[in-house]
Amino acid sequence: MVDSAAPLPGQKPAAEPAATKTTTPPPVEKIGVLRWLKENLFSSPFNTVLTIITLFLLADWIPSFFQWGVIDAVWYTTDHNVCRAADGACWAVVAEKHRPMLFGVYPYEEHWRLVVALIVYMITIILTLTPRFWNLKILVPLWIVGGGTVALMLWGGLFGLTYVDSSQWGGLPLTMVLFTGTVVIGFPISILFALGRRSHLPAIKAICVTLIESMRGVPLITILFVAVNVFPLFLPEGMEIDKLFRVIVGMAIFFACYQAEVIRGGLQAIPRGQYEAAEALGLGYWQHTVKIIMPQALRICLPGIVNHIIAALKNTSFVLIIGLFDILTATTAVMQDPLWRRFFVEAYLFVAVVYFIFCYALSKYSQKVEGWLSEGRRF
Amino acid sequence: MADIQAPRKSNTSILNSIAFRGVAYQVLLAAGVAFIGYYLYVNVNANLERQGIATGFDFLSEDAGFDIGESVIPFDSSQSYGRVLVAGILNTLHVAIVGVFLATIVGVLMGIARVSRNWLVSKLASGYVEVCRNVPVVLHVIFWASVIRNLPSPRQAITPFDGIFITNRGIIYPIPEAHGIYPWLGVALVVGIIGAFVLGRRAQKRREETGQFIPTFWPGLGLILGLPTVVWLAAGAPLVWDVPALRGFNYQGGASLTPEFVALLIGITVYTGAFIAEIVRAGIQSVQHGQVEAARSLGLRPGLVMRLVILPQALRVIVPPTTSQYLSLTKNSSLGVLIGYPDLVNVGNTTLNQTGQAVEAIAIMMLVYLLISLTISVFMNTYNRLVAIQER
Repeated sequence: MVDSAAPLPGQKPAAEPAATKTTTPPPVEKIGVLRWLKENLFSSPFNTVLTIITLFLLADWIPSFFQWGVIDAVWYTTDHNVCRAADGACWAVVAEKHRPMLFGVYPYEEHWRLVVALIVYMITIILTLTPRFWNLKILVPLWIVGGGTVALMLWGGLFGLTYVDSSQWGGLPLTMVLFTGTVVIGFPISILFALGRRSHLPAIKAICVTLIESMRGVPLITILFVAVNVFPLFLPEGMEIDKLFRVIVGMAIFFACYQAEVIRGGLQAIPRGQYEAAEALGLGYWQHTVKIIMPQALRICLPGIVNHIIAALKNTSFVLIIGLFDILTATTAVMQDPLWRRFFVEAYLFVAVVYFIFCYALSKYSQKVEGWLSEGRRF
Repeated sequence: MADIQAPRKSNTSILNSIAFRGVAYQVLLAAGVAFIGYYLYVNVNANLERQGIATGFDFLSEDAGFDIGESVIPFDSSQSYGRVLVAGILNTLHVAIVGVFLATIVGVLMGIARVSRNWLVSKLASGYVEVCRNVPVVLHVIFWASVIRNLPSPRQAITPFDGIFITNRGIIYPIPEAHGIYPWLGVALVVGIIGAFVLGRRAQKRREETGQFIPTFWPGLGLILGLPTVVWLAAGAPLVWDVPALRGFNYQGGASLTPEFVALLIGITVYTGAFIAEIVRAGIQSVQHGQVEAARSLGLRPGLVMRLVILPQALRVIVPPTTSQYLSLTKNSSLGVLIGYPDLVNVGNTTLNQTGQAVEAIAIMMLVYLLISLTISVFMNTYNRLVAIQER
């Protein structure tokens, strides 16, 4: 649907008439610090007690945490004995072990390729998420170049780069490959599943419902077990499919089944009149689905879609169970080192921060997109 | 206008008929699915035969030959695979039920704290929600498992209260020694709950008939707590604590929670609690402020405003998404396999590795989880119907 009234994303809506903008500043007694304290911390006896208890606890915890994490902490050393002697955190474990944590079992001399791959990947993603580039003429070449570079860096085998098998990939780049593969493969499938579930044809509907509901009823671990242990049995003798690829496809189907339910919710919210109008114009099923229904449905359920994309990112960590070396598996493996294992808190905090940054950024971004999409639309 | 044209010939082709196309698509899809299914079946059989792996569920009655760390039912390694899988299922249910209970408490408290007018409290609750939601549950579980593994040994146990010992072997706590009267306390508790329920019903009926308000909260609570207390006192108040004590390298007496159980429980509770907090917050905020004002102007006291006006409306928004959180908590309990908690997936995985019967073992796991999910859905949907809007 073409919505000419909506301003382009990122563009400010037209300024409102000046008359509505003139407001008198609030009275002084409503903006002071004391006023704020009274309203937000001491508005009732109960709140006052709550505030005092909380402050008391914070006064107990924050200084000791600060002491541990900053004052007594060891920031850099290559000698684990220095850390053992210190009372505080040993952030040096991150500095010392960042290579195996971030890059797993990838050949050590080739780590620079992973750095290049990560940078290219981040640039590709950031450009893709920028509204100015939302144009197939830009996005398609961008993804061909970006994806090609990342694949070249990871696999190698061309231009004098040594070949690295996918079983040796690890760390953050592997997390990135799993996540991107899951979403890129899973999203189109989810749209097909959602349409199938809404289909008037009973056989198609039955197959989609069965598949979606049974996938949603079992843990991701069992899907991964199927991909790793059972799927090879399904193939004819002599035929093998890369383990990483099998895992990605398994996670993609799992992701698609959850996403399909979100998209179905969006489809159900489209008024009947939209379908009827499209049919009255003589559009066929695919035409009205692609041009009329889907753009509106996806817009409605955007928050849910992003939630499941974030879940897909977090779910990549489940590969720990089947022994793929993503960032969490790599860190767990590093923590087997008897010299450094006692500093696991610092190492896991570092990994948690990495996941947090990506997930939090994604959710903040989706809130922003919602804002752009709802500008000029009030229904 | 020209004459109405006769329909063009191509339009009458059967290929353009919507009905025909519909049937054709379905037949093609069904045939495709059937063909793929058959193809995979043939391949599986050929592969299994080539590798000399047995098929079927006969292995369930064979000796398992491995022991598990903890079990709700008695189990030892001389018993069958079937029995060990049942023990695994019960362990999964054990951690899931306790987890659902705790996650609900954490979630409701944090959800209410987030909408608190106290700035400090609401910011702290937001911090908890944002941090825990944006870190994978796998990391939560692994982290807590490492923390517990690095707790002091039984000899240097942490004792927050007398008799409770927190060690790297688990949490050991005292329990009352068994006594003949204790089963009757349970009976008294059930009678008390039924009595409180009847009391509430009668008070409500009376209020609807006469408009007279009868307080039921304290009398009800009195019934529930009082009746067992009376029975206990009547029996001479028997209470002997079985306090754990250090003997050699470990504790004797009392009861204990294994480190794996505690780690898994904390991990999935903290993670799911953050999601439930978000749901509770959205539910409370979905009740318009006018509702509260209207209730107050009718003269309802704050507690009644919460119970009669806010909660019934908020629950309508809260219950359906909470159901899916309960489901996801149950499914995440399968992370026990990571840290050695003998849940269904862990036990099933060992069975798979020992017998090589991957298809059967994984099929059992999936079926059991499907059944559990289905049961929780049915149960919560019934509850949802009770709290859903009643249109008259």
